[in-house]
Amino acid sequence: MDVQTLTYLIVGITFALYIGIAIWARAGSTKEFYVAGGGVPPIMNGMATAADWMSAASFISLAGIVSFVGYDGSVYLMGWTGGYVLLALLMAPYLRKFGKFTVPDFIGDRYYSQAARTVAVVCAIFISFTYIAGQMRGVGVVFSRFLEVDVDTGVYIGMAVVFFYAVLGGMKGITYTQVAQYCVLIFAFMVPAIFLSVMMTGHIIPQLGFGSELVDAAGNNTGVFLLDKLDGLSTQLGFAQYTEGSKSMIDVFFITGALMFGTAGLPHVIVRFFTVPRVKDARSSAGWALVFIAIMYTTIPALAAFSRVNMIETVNGPDGQGVEYAQAPSWISSWEKTGLIEFDDKNGDGKMFYTNGENNEMKIDRDIIVLATPEIASLPAWVIALVAAGGLAAALSTSAGLLLVISTSVSHDLLKKNLMPDISDKRELMFARTAAAVGIVIAGYFGINPPGFVAAVVAFAFGLAASSLFPAITMGIFSKKMNKEGAIAGMLAGLTFTATYIIYFKFVNPDANTAENWLFAISPEGIGLFGMLINFAVAIAVCKITTAVPASVQDMVESIRFPKGSGEAQDH
Amino acid sequence: MSFENENKAKRYWNENIRLVLSLLTIWAAVSFGCGILLVDLLNEIHFMGFKLGFWFAQQGSMYVFVALIFVYAAKANALDEKYGVHED
Repeated sequence: MDVQTLTYLIVGITFALYIGIAIWARAGSTKEFYVAGGGVPPIMNGMATAADWMSAASFISLAGIVSFVGYDGSVYLMGWTGGYVLLALLMAPYLRKFGKFTVPDFIGDRYYSQAARTVAVVCAIFISFTYIAGQMRGVGVVFSRFLEVDVDTGVYIGMAVVFFYAVLGGMKGITYTQVAQYCVLIFAFMVPAIFLSVMMTGHIIPQLGFGSELVDAAGNNTGVFLLDKLDGLSTQLGFAQYTEGSKSMIDVFFITGALMFGTAGLPHVIVRFFTVPRVKDARSSAGWALVFIAIMYTTIPALAAFSRVNMIETVNGPDGQGVEYAQAPSWISSWEKTGLIEFDDKNGDGKMFYTNGENNEMKIDRDIIVLATPEIASLPAWVIALVAAGGLAAALSTSAGLLLVISTSVSHDLLKKNLMPDISDKRELMFARTAAAVGIVIAGYFGINPPGFVAAVVAFAFGLAASSLFPAITMGIFSKKMNKEGAIAGMLAGLTFTATYIIYFKFVNPDANTAENWLFAISPEGIGLFGMLINFAVAIAVCKITTAVPASVQDMVESIRFPKGSGEAQDH
Repeated sequence: MSFENENKAKRYWNENIRLVLSLLTIWAAVSFGCGILLVDLLNEIHFMGFKLGFWFAQQGSMYVFVALIFVYAAKANALDEKYGVHED
């Protein structure tokens, strides 16, 4: 069978599986729709959280980014895993004990204020839409490359599949589908990485191959460590050393922090810990989620290093003088067709040459690293088909999780809790499904007409989560004295500062977006950490000069601090 | 109130805070410390084919994160048992 048929087959089987699970696990009540009835075992919940977390962007782009920037890529690796420690230690168990459905529920109840709830709802919806626009585009890209349909058709197919299982199944359907999607995506990611590791270093575990000596074609050690080789190549070609990078230390520090605290403030991640049966399970569930995420995230830098050496040697040749274009492997020409690789023979010698400088002749897009790996390493056709199915699983699982947060925010936080407090469970469920359907249409629109600033708005999502929701939630748990005035002032201050800084440098005056103009040399990507500090400072100051917290709220804070009496996720 | 008395509730919470703070210190030490602030210093040391600082930033910190959560889960569960506030 050729690659095309195999791809249709594998993608078709996985889609049938997802839809089958959705029918089996469809939701009958709002509680099942919002939090899967609060009955998902921790290991499964961890797996679903991991699938939800690892988006098309991390599946397709992250290894490519690390491959091109080396040490600087560590901000994403540490930032997007370290946040789970904060979630587990500072939030998950307490929010599970609190026992309601959403982040705005907690903020609204803890700060006894509709205004606080509204700020939280707006943040939740904004953050989720930011994310989902990129996801639907990812679905389209994967479809178009591997099924050879047009990007728009790809987006429509993706919309139909997500519509089916998110609208029907709610959180219950999504959770079980995501377990299947995790298995597909991790298998698809690991297989090429393991193949490459064995080929280049003789180690079957990529994390070990990463630190090993390279082997030659016959499998004998060459005596040169992979990373030393990479540092040597980078210096020789005029790049910063692979293991040292080029960002300033303060910027690396702040970006890592903003991503960590932002992760711990993202509504679609937090809501996951409402779906487990007990407080105890919320603690271990965060651990399992991180185990499943770390399997991929510790492989990413290894794959990045393998691909970097492989790519440079393919283009520049073992002697570093360039390879004849006429003899280039076929993947170069097949990716040239997509415009993601460009060759411009500047010196007219008929040879390709890649370097960091004037005489660079190759333009290579970061996004091809993962997708092209199976071809670069000449792996069998079924591996290529598998990577396509993995990329789709990553994109679909994340979109579905985000859609759920959007629909919950609208039907539960906005309608039930604000505008129409008297609606029945059944009508609320209907509104939730309608909101999910509208959400898919809007997401699909962004997928077909992608805003040019998708990458820029991601910084936004994390910055806002870190500077608004994270401080409000943690202070709500760890301080009995924090009052609504303090929390609202803190959220608004953190939010305004962070949003202004990012909008100024990313949209209003992008030319000024250089280190000399930044506050304390912190880039817009990292400013969320600073915004978080402002939030804490303002909240504490305002709290000191305003009214005390009502006794009933203080009792609630007391009661979420220990597990006993958690019961199931509460209805209201 | 599920605790026998006010004093016990306070002690439970203080022990919990101490546990969380000590684990978060390790969390910050491996990532912000070894992976970022001390990275140049640690890169002088070679460890299993890696420069040590680079290893912390791209591998080690993540392994430690996973371990921290499970240690926390085990210790927090034990703390609940000790004070009799675990779930039934």
